Amino acid sequence: MSCNLALIGNPNCGKTTLFNLLTGSNQYVGNWAGVTVEKKVGKLKNTDYNIIDLPGIYSLSPYSTEERLTQNFLLNEKPDLIINIIDGSNFERNMYLSVQLTELNIPMIIAVNMIDAVTFSGGNIDCQYLTELTGIPFIPISARNNDNIDIVIEEIHNILNRPNKPIEIDYNHTTRNALNKIYSVIIGENNPNDKPYAFIASKLLEGSESSDKYINLSDKQKIEIQNIIHEYELLSPYNDRESLIADARYRYIESLAAKAVIKSKSNDTITISDRIDFIVTNRFLAYPLFFIIMFCIFNMTFGTLSKFLSNIIETLFNNIIIPSVSSILIKAEAPQWIICMVTDGIIGGTGGIFVFLPQIAILFLCLSILEDSGYMARAAFLTDRFLKKLGLSGKSFIPMLMGFGCTTPAVMAARTQENINERRMTIMLTPFMSCGAKLPIYALFAGAFFKSYQGLAVFSMYIIGILIAAIMGLIFKKTLFKENASTFVMELPPYRRPLLKSILKNTWEKTRGFIIKAGTVILSMSVLIWILQNFSPSLRFTENSSESIFAAIGSAIAPLLRPLGFGTWQAAVSLLSGIVAKEAVVSTMSVLYSAENTAALTDIISTIFTPVSAYSFMVFSLLYIPCISALATIKRETGNLKWTLAIAVIQTVTAYVTSMLVYQIGNIIINL
Amino acid sequence: MSETTLNNIKRNHCAIVIRTNLTGILKRRLIDMGITPGVVIKIKRIAPLGDPIEIRLRGYELSIRRSEAKKIIVKPVEVK
Repeated sequence: MSCNLALIGNPNCGKTTLFNLLTGSNQYVGNWAGVTVEKKVGKLKNTDYNIIDLPGIYSLSPYSTEERLTQNFLLNEKPDLIINIIDGSNFERNMYLSVQLTELNIPMIIAVNMIDAVTFSGGNIDCQYLTELTGIPFIPISARNNDNIDIVIEEIHNILNRPNKPIEIDYNHTTRNALNKIYSVIIGENNPNDKPYAFIASKLLEGSESSDKYINLSDKQKIEIQNIIHEYELLSPYNDRESLIADARYRYIESLAAKAVIKSKSNDTITISDRIDFIVTNRFLAYPLFFIIMFCIFNMTFGTLSKFLSNIIETLFNNIIIPSVSSILIKAEAPQWIICMVTDGIIGGTGGIFVFLPQIAILFLCLSILEDSGYMARAAFLTDRFLKKLGLSGKSFIPMLMGFGCTTPAVMAARTQENINERRMTIMLTPFMSCGAKLPIYALFAGAFFKSYQGLAVFSMYIIGILIAAIMGLIFKKTLFKENASTFVMELPPYRRPLLKSILKNTWEKTRGFIIKAGTVILSMSVLIWILQNFSPSLRFTENSSESIFAAIGSAIAPLLRPLGFGTWQAAVSLLSGIVAKEAVVSTMSVLYSAENTAALTDIISTIFTPVSAYSFMVFSLLYIPCISALATIKRETGNLKWTLAIAVIQTVTAYVTSMLVYQIGNIIINL
Repeated sequence: MSETTLNNIKRNHCAIVIRTNLTGILKRRLIDMGITPGVVIKIKRIAPLGDPIEIRLRGYELSIRRSEAKKIIVKPVEVK
């Protein structure tokens, strides 16, 4: 029997760690039918059960995208079991979601995580008593130390073999009464298992969203419900049913906690987290420290270690792979053009990309450490003041920082923002953050022209990207998002020592994405580019690339790029291939100029470009249209083709204008 | 003591939430995060540039803006 188990919990409660423990290495990122979102799915160890890792959420309110996704998943896909993980050291707030989950009438177990931390600080959670009080199995676990995971698995099997019995939360009398009344109005003659009626009843009482999504009510039913709600609100001093029901939930949780939870004494004492925060968010030290951390990441990514690793990869390609492959092909008596396509086109093209693998892996490693340690939230806390001026919030900082790695996951990270306009604006500005794939372009040109200031030249690209994003942000705020009132409500989780295993896993997942891209998109692009470059428009094989199809296309575009200083067909074609993937810009160039390796390409480039046109080319690459993968993600995340096209056009126009300014003004300065 | 708003509470002082003057998403978010009438909030920290602020409630830390704190009506609690 195949079952679907949904793993649900607040952000920062150890959900991913538990997911990894339950599934082992047996997992994949899958698209769930009907929902256009990537979710991690894995098989529970030694079974055929699917575990679906849903985004971390605080409640089942329908406001942020992640909450809506989770809510829709639970309602439409009806998983067989909910594994709800809660942070034991933050019992009350985590249980708020659990209480909402019970209304869905889906069997549930609650894994109380970080129980070791609770006991360590002198607290205690009596899980057995909680199980008796609520009828939901509570299991104390420590995902970090792999404690009691076997009991969770055992309980999963137990509960799946038992008939489901609905759980009724013991709210205060008035709330319970109102909920029961609405429940009996909406259920009528229906089977209680048809729909999650208890959930719909609480949504109706709460009034936070229209009921039409869940249920069709007759006018008579609607009036009856109106009366019940009116009666309920009269009993409240504030006339506010939304607060009332939340209050009832929290009161219920407080009563549970009073019976079964001994709070740790750390409530009033100074914790390690407090001590760290004392320095990290200190009035004088906070920003210097922030810049030091950012600088360290930058330095690690582009420093000696990654250069060393890049050299190894380059040597591997040039001295081992290319010679051995071509000798095999020569022995097999392959025709000259095949040898040429395989060595120059395929291996040369992808090899040029693999050289940047260490840098990208190190960058993702740093970002994972920031995320897991809890510093990312502090960075948001510190940057909110500035981002507020652009109509954004500190929460936009995380997607933007991730944008330096890769735009695609960064755009997805904007999901945590509740405010739709804020989210759209974050998505629109993230592509201005120079992504990792553009780095090869800067490295090549800076290496050719700004040798003694190479680091500075590359760094300036990042600064220009940020400045342009700030200017565009101000423009958007004054035009597109005039009505927008940004908000900032964010949890500051305690600092945690990042787990090496989970960091490495996270880094590997992201890096693997890059490798797969290099192995598929860029590989096929390299072949395509090679063909376009070695065949004439009349489909005749030609050694002379200026007679090729590419030359024809490139020559048509080149005049447009002349005011920017790089009006050659090779530059035009390289930039075109960059729309598929930015990594392809350099690999296309090396194919077009028939350069065997980076050193050869650097020599060729330095005879064709001038320092000013090289810098202009770097700026253009930084700012122009995002790659196909990023655009597809933007389209999916905004759900709007118009926005996506607008982003593409705005970026390209910005790139054109900025590069032209750089080239024209740069030349004036040079000629002074 | 009389009612005031959360932004007027000093660092390391506590206050009890009376009600909120919020609407829409922000209200929902703050309610979900546990800011309901009767809850005790402690002001823990103020960001280096004066905004946002860090508060502690229900055993965890939350960061909100001053403009949001302004809409939370509270009653100060004497600290012993």
